[in-house]
This record gives sequence, structure tokens and C-alpha cells, in this order.
Amino acid sequence: MRFKILSVIAVAGLVAACAAPGGGAGGAGGSYAPGSQEDLAVNVGDRVLFDFDKYELKQESRYTLQQQAAWLAANEGVNITIEGHADERGTREYNLALGERRAQAAADYLMVLGVSKGRISTVSYGKERPEDPASNETAWAKNRRAVSVVK
Amino acid sequence: MTISYRNFLKLFMMVAALGILSPGTSRAELKIDITRGVVESVPLAVTDFFGEGKGEQDFGEKIAGVIAADLERSGLFAPIDKKAFIQSGKSLNILPRFGDWRLIKAQALVQGHVEMTVDGRLKVEFRLWDVYAEQQMVGLAYFSVPSNWRRVSHIIADAIYERITGEKGYFDTRIVYIAETGPKTRRVKRLAIMDQDGENHRFLTDGTILVLTPRFSPTLQEITYLSYFNDIPRVYIFNIDSGRQERLGDFPNMTFAPRFSPDGKGVIMSMSKDGNSDIYKMDLATRKLTQLTTHSSIDTAPSYSPDGDSIAFESDRSGTQQIYTTSSNGGKATRISFGPKRARYATPVWSPRGDWIAFTRIYGGNTAIGVMRTDGSGERILAQSTTRGDWVEGPTWAPNGRVLMYFRQEKANKQGLGGKTRLFTIDITGHNEREVVSPVDASDPAWSPLNP
Repeated sequence: MRFKILSVIAVAGLVAACAAPGGGAGGAGGSYAPGSQEDLAVNVGDRVLFDFDKYELKQESRYTLQQQAAWLAANEGVNITIEGHADERGTREYNLALGERRAQAAADYLMVLGVSKGRISTVSYGKERPEDPASNETAWAKNRRAVSVVK
Repeated sequence: MTISYRNFLKLFMMVAALGILSPGTSRAELKIDITRGVVESVPLAVTDFFGEGKGEQDFGEKIAGVIAADLERSGLFAPIDKKAFIQSGKSLNILPRFGDWRLIKAQALVQGHVEMTVDGRLKVEFRLWDVYAEQQMVGLAYFSVPSNWRRVSHIIADAIYERITGEKGYFDTRIVYIAETGPKTRRVKRLAIMDQDGENHRFLTDGTILVLTPRFSPTLQEITYLSYFNDIPRVYIFNIDSGRQERLGDFPNMTFAPRFSPDGKGVIMSMSKDGNSDIYKMDLATRKLTQLTTHSSIDTAPSYSPDGDSIAFESDRSGTQQIYTTSSNGGKATRISFGPKRARYATPVWSPRGDWIAFTRIYGGNTAIGVMRTDGSGERILAQSTTRGDWVEGPTWAPNGRVLMYFRQEKANKQGLGGKTRLFTIDITGHNEREVVSPVDASDPAWSPLNP
């Protein structure tokens, strides 16, 4: 069930990501409850994407994570799990390790930005939970991701 | 009918050698050398085992069918159509008329006898004949509960395979794998188990929890695997008899990619700490954990050598995934995979005979299953992705080290549909690729040892 909900949010997140960098309750994105997953996804951006077989954060990913750190500062009671994912072009065990690296890369940067370690956990789904089920470049680019999920 | 595997094993009772019937003249014996590349299949006749009563005849027919199918799938034998048989029925049980069998070009003949004993057991006798030498090659009798007839059939097929090839058979074995259903974005994955021929299939978990990479214990009816129980990926052990699932250790970090040690007393696996994966081994009795690799790269997919002295694993410490070997106590690791530039090597699995390491290779958008010697020499590709851009991964060895199983996943279309995932076997000669039919999509196969 959770994954179903997430995929709906993901589409919304992509549409709104550039529209509302301000974030927070009552921001440009509208009427989502402050501190909710919808608030994070629509008003801040809940995910960062990676290049093939890479876990280094891109410049735009750093920007997104800075917004997330600000949002977490504004929503003190909220803890997150960062879910790391890989595209399907890798072996199962390796992709689990790669997803973990990606989640940790995002978590490390949030901690550098001052988010306390206790508020962030990580989990890897390897290639098991693609955002887009197609087998093409467009899908793979969306699937190489680290998603911050409100606990 | 539900009987636990433990009981199932107990039901299997007794085996006895049959006396030699009428030794004929001595000639060069029928033998298949399976170490050579292309082997021509040996034409063989498997006759319906004879029974006096209707029930016994039915068993006799079904048993012959399973034996013939096992031997056929190996690619080494070509069972002759029963309709061509000249001799049949009771007279066979006295002595084969070898001339009749030579006439239809059978080189080997399998005949047998089924009888229900007064205490309700099934008695199955069989004899394997060398038609040209007119010699009995092997003759055995088995007593078992009737419901066990499939297992008796596989054991007979193994005896025939072993007598003619000189290698142990692999038909009395099972496959544990991941059964897959549902759309790719929320795939339902279940542990499932079946005989190597796809029969006696059953699901071991209900699909509510994501499970991956099951591996058989070499000594017990247990499977080690990765489970996302409570969305926390950790290595577990599943007991096939009791259905009990137990988490291995209580670690703050992800554990994954488990495999048993050859003595069954330990599990080797990866654990990630602060995003970095290294290889650890756990003693199952003491639950003591020992770290074997310490590198900032991804170290995963470990597999023991059959003597337990070494492990093979994959690491991207050179920049891309490659295969390394090291002592099972850790220490210096030696890279053994040196393929084409930009080729990645993954999922090393040491052969039960110790002679080869099977792997998945990713190269130029294609994947392949191959084998290399344990020092990395003699690399051979056995099975590859097709031009349709499908994906092959995850080899597992038959217990005799002669056959590999793996999975093949088709590409999904733009809508994310398709992506069918199935199991296949192939000889280490690179011949005889066969689908292993499963009731639903299948991945991550693991071949059991010979059933105890």
C-alpha cells in the first residue's frame, strides 16, 4: 500500500519541484499539512537522482537536500527514512549495496547541513522498487534515486 | 496432502542390490565421457515398469516417465518413443531379448518391476542393461511408501546417470527460488521450493514481506535469505520443516547476500556500515561475527570454496565490479577477473567440485553467465542475453558441478509491462539450455545438495 501512495506523490513531486523551493506550511504549493510527506514532496522535493553506478551528489541534489534540511529545521518533530534505489542494470546484491550508498550519501549531506543523526535512518531497496517499470533510459534515470520519506 | 519434509525423509526406507541376471559376453562397456564438449545423446529405452495389478501398472508407467524425463533433460540421453518397442510386459522381467532392442538402436535399456507389499509399501526394482554388451550394468530395489514414488524415480535416474557417466547424478534435488507476481513497481516476492523437475511445488512465504537471494544449507533443511520484515533488510534463516524464520544477529545496519559455509556451521554475508559494504562471517553456534574485508568499496556476494579455505566475492575497488578471492580468514584479496575492458563481473559462485567459479558478466549492455578457473583462467561464456535485450543473472550449481541454473528476465516495454522472469539450466559445456518451468515468474534460484 505504501508504495502505491508514494508513486502518486512522486509524480506530483516532479511537477512541483521547481515551482516551490520556499517550502514550509502554507507555501506556494498549497494546502498540505506541514511536516507531511505531501508537504515535503510538493513544496520541497523529496528525492535526489544519481548517474549510472554513481552515488556522488549532483549540484541540483545538493540544492534539494539544502531545502530538505531547512524544511526539517522548520518541522522539528519530523524524522525521515532515506530510501536508496538503483536501476535494473546491475546484479541484485550489488544494487542493494549501491542503494545503501546513495541513501547514505544523502543522509551524510543532511547531517553536514545540521540535521541531527537521530532524525535520519536509511534503507536500501536495490533494484526491487523501481519508480518507473519500463526498461529504458528515461525510466532508469528516475529509478536511480534516494527518497526522503517521513516516518 | 501435507507431510513435513522430515517425515517425508523417514518414509524412505531401504535399498538392496539385485543379483546379476545372465552375464553375457564381455564387450566394451557403455560409457559417456561428459567432460568432453559436444556429446551425442545415448539412445536409451525406458520401459514401463511391470506390475501385476492395475495400481502397480500405473505406478510402473509413471515411474518410467519420470526417469525418462530426467535423463532426457540432462541432454546426455535420448529416450526412444515407447511405440517403437518390440518387447514389453512380463517377458522383459525374465530377460531382455537384446536383438529386439538393438533393432530399434537402443544402447541402454531400463526395465523394472513394481509391487505393493502386504504392509502397504511400494517395492520398486530396476535393472539397467547395456544392450550391445548384453550385460546388466546395475540392478537395485527400493522400498518406500507409495506417495514417495517420484523420489524413488529420481533416485533411479541418478543411479543410471552415475553408472553410465561415472559422475554423481543431480535428479534427487530441489530448487529454492523467489516466485514473483504483480507489477514491477510493487513486485510481490515469495520464497518457493520445488523438485528440480518443477514438481511438488510449494510457496514457503505468503508475499507480504519482500524476500531475496535464498541459499540452501549444505547439511540441514534450512535456507538463508534476505527478508524485509518490518521494512528492515536483514539476513534470516528459514527452517523448511517447521516454517520457523529467525533473524541472524541484531545489527543496526543492513545485512545481505548470505551463503552457508560448506560445513553448514556458518554464514558468510555482507553488512553495510555508514553506507559501505564489507564481508563478514558468522559462526551459527556462537553467533560470533568476524569481519573479512575492510575496504571503502562495495564488497559483496561472497561464496565459499568447497573445502572452506577460500572465498570468492565481488568488489568495485578497482572502479567496477570484479571478482576476487581471499582466505576464509580474510587478508589479502586477489583479483581474478580480467575480461574485456569495461566488463563487470559479479555473483561468483564456487563449484561444489572446486574446479570452476561461475559468474554473471555485464558487458556492453549485455549480460552473460560464465565460468572461470579459480585463478581466473579459462573463462568461458555459457549463456547470454538475447538480441531482445533481456538480462541473465545469478548462477547456482547442481551438486555434481556439471549443470548451472540461473534466471533470465525479459525487458519491459514503455508501459512497464512484460519483463517475464524465468529459470533456465545449462551444461558447463555451454550446451543444452533448458527452461525450468515454474508456476509463476521465478528468479534467484538456489540448487539444493542431493536430498538426504
